[in-house]
Amino acid sequence: MLLREIAHTRTGDKGRIVTISLIAYRDEDFPRIKGNVTAEKVGAFFGDLVDRPVQRYVLPSISALNFVLHRPASQGVTRSLALDTHGKCLGYALLMMDV
Amino acid sequence: MRTVRIGSGAGYSGDRIDPAVELASKGDISYLVFECLAERTIALAQQRKCKDPDAGYDPLLAERMEAVLPLCRDKNIKIVSNMGAANPAAAAVRTRDVAQQLGIHGLRIAAVSGDDVLDLVRILAPPLDDDEASVKALGDRIVSANAYMGAESILDALAQDADVILTGRVADPSLFLAPLIHEFGWPLDHWKLLGQGTVIGHLLECAGQVTGGYFADPGYKDVRHLARLGFPIAEVSEDGSAILTKVQGSGGLITRATCKEHLLYEIQDPSAYLTPDVVADFTGVEIADAGRDRIRISGGSGHERPATLKVSVGYQDSYIGEAQISYAGPGAFARAKLAKEILAERLANYGFQGLRFDFIGINSIHGDALSHSTCEPYELRLRAAGRADSLQLASLIPREVEALYTNGPAGGGGVSASTREVIGMLSTLLPREMVAHRIHFEVS
Repeated sequence: MLLREIAHTRTGDKGRIVTISLIAYRDEDFPRIKGNVTAEKVGAFFGDLVDRPVQRYVLPSISALNFVLHRPASQGVTRSLALDTHGKCLGYALLMMDV
Repeated sequence: MRTVRIGSGAGYSGDRIDPAVELASKGDISYLVFECLAERTIALAQQRKCKDPDAGYDPLLAERMEAVLPLCRDKNIKIVSNMGAANPAAAAVRTRDVAQQLGIHGLRIAAVSGDDVLDLVRILAPPLDDDEASVKALGDRIVSANAYMGAESILDALAQDADVILTGRVADPSLFLAPLIHEFGWPLDHWKLLGQGTVIGHLLECAGQVTGGYFADPGYKDVRHLARLGFPIAEVSEDGSAILTKVQGSGGLITRATCKEHLLYEIQDPSAYLTPDVVADFTGVEIADAGRDRIRISGGSGHERPATLKVSVGYQDSYIGEAQISYAGPGAFARAKLAKEILAERLANYGFQGLRFDFIGINSIHGDALSHSTCEPYELRLRAAGRADSLQLASLIPREVEALYTNGPAGGGGVSASTREVIGMLSTLLPREMVAHRIHFEVS
């Protein structure tokens, strides 16, 4: 099943940091999301778009995970040559993950 | 229990103006807060101030003030905003002039400054968050250094009966926390209340992003009437808990899901969100339904505020040239690829700090590894971007892409191009004692 079917997301940025929240539509799906979408899997998913281990924070009270991604120096919001300098579209890529 | 209603009138510098007018006229609010200062905005404003000492505040300041001042005056709504940017004093003068033109007299406008710590940073040369950069090495390329001030800077203005408060760099949630501290007399070391108040400020600071903006995903998360999106109101109680709502009949929606998405927006460790006022803890926040477009927020907490303040340092980094050209119809992708090869060869040996080519519609957002393309696209757009030491070199990108019209593959069209200076942002920390706010009043 695609993550998109059970979770929604919003992406934020602070310089080279991108934060991606992953929120269960239904609380009963949260254990599945929490069990499957580990920091390691998210790091591997984004590959060379990140240059440090991904951090994951768990928020059981709102059935949500929060991921912190660190982008390479060339990808910071002010210096990046990318079209999406902020990385704001990254969260929707994560929704393509199979869980 | 006594409550205070605060409206959020803007989530960024260029935000829509009409939702704030709606809040002022129909929101039954006591405070209208405009958050208009992104990280880089202040460095750009500082550059404008260098060219013109009366400039350097938010470009939409006068337009926003013209739209809301009469209503705010009639309904006794106080305005708090960081639209002062790099020049709060000039912003206050401009606002006074707008008030006078509107026939509003006796309006007390406070300019809150003190965030500009460029001289201090030059002298102390504190370590920057990028190991490869230093204040010394950046030298004259540094254009701005602004400390994130907290709610205290605004509290002093409120205590002096300000009607409009215009600040430079103040932490976004502090713009909302200050009125709460002022109204309820919260002690400045009551970390739980300050933490909960910061949660409310955080939920409000991007305006429409908590009322259904940046949320819609048709078929999954449907939102009605985004073209007339209503901005949020927090009805805050003395214990810090709040109902988030919006003007009845406005577009958008407030649900547990919109609040959850925004609660985590731009947050790193949710148990330690650092502001100048408190280290806020979001992990115990509860988000509960309290009626249609009414969500109850409670359970935020906090710990003692940091001893240091974050300082954003803006510097002249480089120049970026960027240009695009479209291809469509049979063989579009092959012709675009050929165009890319030509550009790569032409641009290879000029000493660009970096070059990047994207096929817009194919791989420009997430790169080859994540992008799934299943069929030949009918149309696509080749994009070239390069970072250079000089504007002259950066402008070679637009020239070479445009030259594809007559020298490149068949059927290219729709070239667009731009060059711009890149202001880089780094950060450092200063002991909070070194940063003192100042308040200056203009009266219309």
